[in-house]
Parts: sequence; structure tokens; C-alpha cells
Amino acid sequence: MAIFTTLDDLAQEIKDGTLIVLPPDYSNVPIAAVFALIRRRVKGLHLLFAPIGGIAGDLLIGAGCVKTLEAAAITMGEAGLAPRFSEAVQTNSIKIKDSTCPAIHTALQASEKGVPFMPLRGLIGSDVLNNRPDWQVITDPFDENHGPIVLLPAIQPDIALIHTRLADREGNVWIGKRRELVTMAHAAKTTFVTVEEIQEENLLEDERTATGTLPDMYIGAIARAKKGCWPLGLAGHYVPDGKAITEYVEAAKTQAGFEEWLEAHSVPQ
Amino acid sequence: MNCNQEEFLICTIATLLESSQHVAVGMASPVPGSAALLAREETKGRIDGLRLSMIGGDANNPFTDGGRELFDCSGQGRFDTFFLGGVQIDGQANINLVGTGEYPAMERRFPGSFGSAYMYFVVPKVILFRPEHTRRVFVPEVDFISAPGTSEEGVYRPGGPHALVTELCLMIFDRKRKRFQLASVHPGHSVEEVLDNTGFEFDIPETVPETLGPTDHRLELLRTQISPKIAKTYPEFVARVFETAD
Repeated sequence: MAIFTTLDDLAQEIKDGTLIVLPPDYSNVPIAAVFALIRRRVKGLHLLFAPIGGIAGDLLIGAGCVKTLEAAAITMGEAGLAPRFSEAVQTNSIKIKDSTCPAIHTALQASEKGVPFMPLRGLIGSDVLNNRPDWQVITDPFDENHGPIVLLPAIQPDIALIHTRLADREGNVWIGKRRELVTMAHAAKTTFVTVEEIQEENLLEDERTATGTLPDMYIGAIARAKKGCWPLGLAGHYVPDGKAITEYVEAAKTQAGFEEWLEAHSVPQ
Repeated sequence: MNCNQEEFLICTIATLLESSQHVAVGMASPVPGSAALLAREETKGRIDGLRLSMIGGDANNPFTDGGRELFDCSGQGRFDTFFLGGVQIDGQANINLVGTGEYPAMERRFPGSFGSAYMYFVVPKVILFRPEHTRRVFVPEVDFISAPGTSEEGVYRPGGPHALVTELCLMIFDRKRKRFQLASVHPGHSVEEVLDNTGFEFDIPETVPETLGPTDHRLELLRTQISPKIAKTYPEFVARVFETAD
């Protein structure tokens, strides 16, 4: 069963060099856990976004925690470009594996099914494909015209790291319609979760919550984190803090400004 | 009625959606999103009325099976229209969303390819939208191909570029000839201006019409009915574009 722990202890369990998968900005991004990882000065992370990243990626990159990054994009949405990400790529200080959204979903689905690879349409003739020596183009064995198709190796993250509104005492976690979290959790070796609340009633015993519940069998650790997505939002609970995100983008244009912002906002709870 | 540039472009794109059945709108696309909402509103109640599925926020977003559902539906052919942009776009309709300079340590890095390397292949009618019409954007050859405009024979490709909408003009892409053709120039601009600001070659017909501006009715609809809907996905865009209208 999942262990119940504190935010900082949960971060201690994420070792240097771990392959972590994080959700996109609209879906339960565990920013409080990201701050905890930065506080513990984690190093050499292999960071995967399913499939797009935002401030979580920019924070970890700016704090020097990331060795490789795989994503279809890193963006701050309406607030603009991700400043620490852009500079890190421009100065070659992280290794980037540029992907495309469905390629990441598909590679995670392969891991979910326990198969070594999955095919995907598109990609042929793109520089995304040309820069991915780990992807292969084969002749589609089922196509009578013998057309090419791309094969993507399965990606099995060590840890899926997510934030949700609710868990129960049995270690079940409610994710609602955020099904990308399910794919991430199914694909990863284990899932660490930060939550707003922990309830006594078993989420699987109520049909209305059971279908939106990630069962304990996938969950390694759970820690409480109030407003754990801030400055991002948690759907149905609180909205993104647009002002804080805009301030971050402005501050993080320089490394010094980034560090100042981090100092002011990543304090332990 | 006077309209600002965003309103004009929204209406220009909405006109391009007249034959569409099901439009999908991706991330960071407030102008295409507004256009699709407008086109849907205008065909509401008709059996062949436009369907719209948007991602990026919960509003106007019908998906319940995670981030992959948009792509799975696209692979099945459920959508006929999608939008893409580019940091750079070239005359073969290759698009670059990754950055400028030599990859990977580029001079200027942008977010990344998003779903383009897949969507451009599988959605039949892709409308390219890039307001900034300069030689910086419309280049002879992109620095990085996020998604190619055309493919060799044998590559599975039901989809591809249909049109390009910019602050100056509308171009239509001819997939067989692998070239853009100028279709219309927006009011207040000229063919010369388009030529001066485009870094790739394209075809110019003998007469180039002016792009039709929005009717008063359409503008009214956009400002009163559509702006509150798109505000649920893009609040900052709406605050910027519609409060300063007129």
C-alpha cells in the first residue's frame, strides 16, 4: 500500500538521476512537490512531460535539477516563452529530446501495455524524427503499398509525479476526468501524489468516484500539499494565478531574477 | 463598423470554415478558437452545423479521455480542420515551431513542435495562422522542420496545409504544385507589400481581390456572443482585444 508521508520526505524519495514524468499545465501539476525537490537540491533528473510542460519544467531547469528533458513543448501559455528553458537550450546546458504530443502519449501507452514499442502516423520528413535516433522507421508490414511508418520505443518513467484534490486512507487517488494522469501512472514504475485533502471513505466504494479514481496499486507515496498546484490551477478547485505566472516570467528572464523569485516563493510549508 | 486587426482575422478565418464539419483547435490559439466559435454560432441549428472541439483549458473542451484523445480522434479522421502556426514558415509550407538558428543549441528557442508533427499529416484541412507577415517569419527555408508541408508518395498523408492567414493576406496552398498562391490582400495593404515582406516565392494571379471585411452583424455576434465564450479559455486575449474594440 502507498505510504503517507510529508512533502519534504516524499521529495527525499526521489533520487538524483530519476526519470520523472509530469503532467501538462492544465492538469494537476505538482508545483509544491517541485519546490520540495528544488529545496532538496535534486540533481540530474530526466524530465518527461506528458506531453507539454510549463512552469514546473522552467523551475526545475532554472534550479539546475535537470539533465535531460523530453517534451513536445515548454510554454508559459499566454504569459509567453519559458525563460529558463529557452536559455538552457540556447546554451546547451540541458540535453533536449524534442518530441511531438502524440509520440509521448503513444510511448507511455506502450509502457502501459507492456509492449516494447508502438507505431505512430505522421513524423516522416520532420526534423523531430531526424533528431531522434531512438525512433525507427520501418516498412508497414500490413500495408499493401509498403509505406513507411514510425516506431516509438516504450517509455517507462521511474516515477509519475502528480497533484490531486483528494485521496482516501486506502491510498486511492481521485483524478476525475484527468485521464492523462492515468496513462502516466499506468506507464510509470510508481506514482507519487500530493493531495489537497485525505478522506476517510474509500473512493472505490462509491460508483460516482470509482471511475475517476486511480487505485492504490499504482501509488507509491502520498503527501498533503495545500494549493499544491500554485501558481497553476487545479480544475474545479482553484484557477491559475495569472498575475503570479506573469511576474515569474518577467523575473526569470535573468538567472538572478529567477533565483530571487524562487527564494521568495519556494519556502517550506 | 470599424474593427481591429484581431477581429478582422477572426472573421477571415471563420469564412474559411464554411465547408468544415468538425474543427479541432489546439493549444495557444485564441484567434482560431474565436473563429471556430463564431462559425459554429453561425451554423447553429443546422443539421450540418459546425462541431468544435478545443483543448487548452476546460471551457469548450469536450474531451474526457486525457490528452491523447485529440490525437486519437485525429488519427481516426474525426476532425476535418485544424490550425497550426510557426516561428518560421517556408514556401513549401514546412513549419518550424522550435526555434531559429542551428538545432539543438539554437539562437532563439521557442516552445517546441507541440502536436504539429502528427496533426499536419492526419487532419485534412490545416489552416496556417501567423499574423506577423515579415521576411523573418516567411523564409525561403525553415531552420527546423517541425512538420513538412508535403510528403513523398507512399507516406500516409490524408492531411496537410490548406490556407495561410496573415496580417496582410490570405494564401491558398496547392499541394500538387507545392506552392502558395495569393488569394486576397486585406484592406489597406497591397500585393507589393506582400511581396516585399515574403521571403519565399509564391504565385500571384492576374487579379487579386481584397479580402472581404466582416459584416456588422458578424462583428456584433463576435463581440457579444463569442467574446465571453473565448474568455473562458483565453481571458487575457479577450481583455486585450475586445475591450479596446472601436
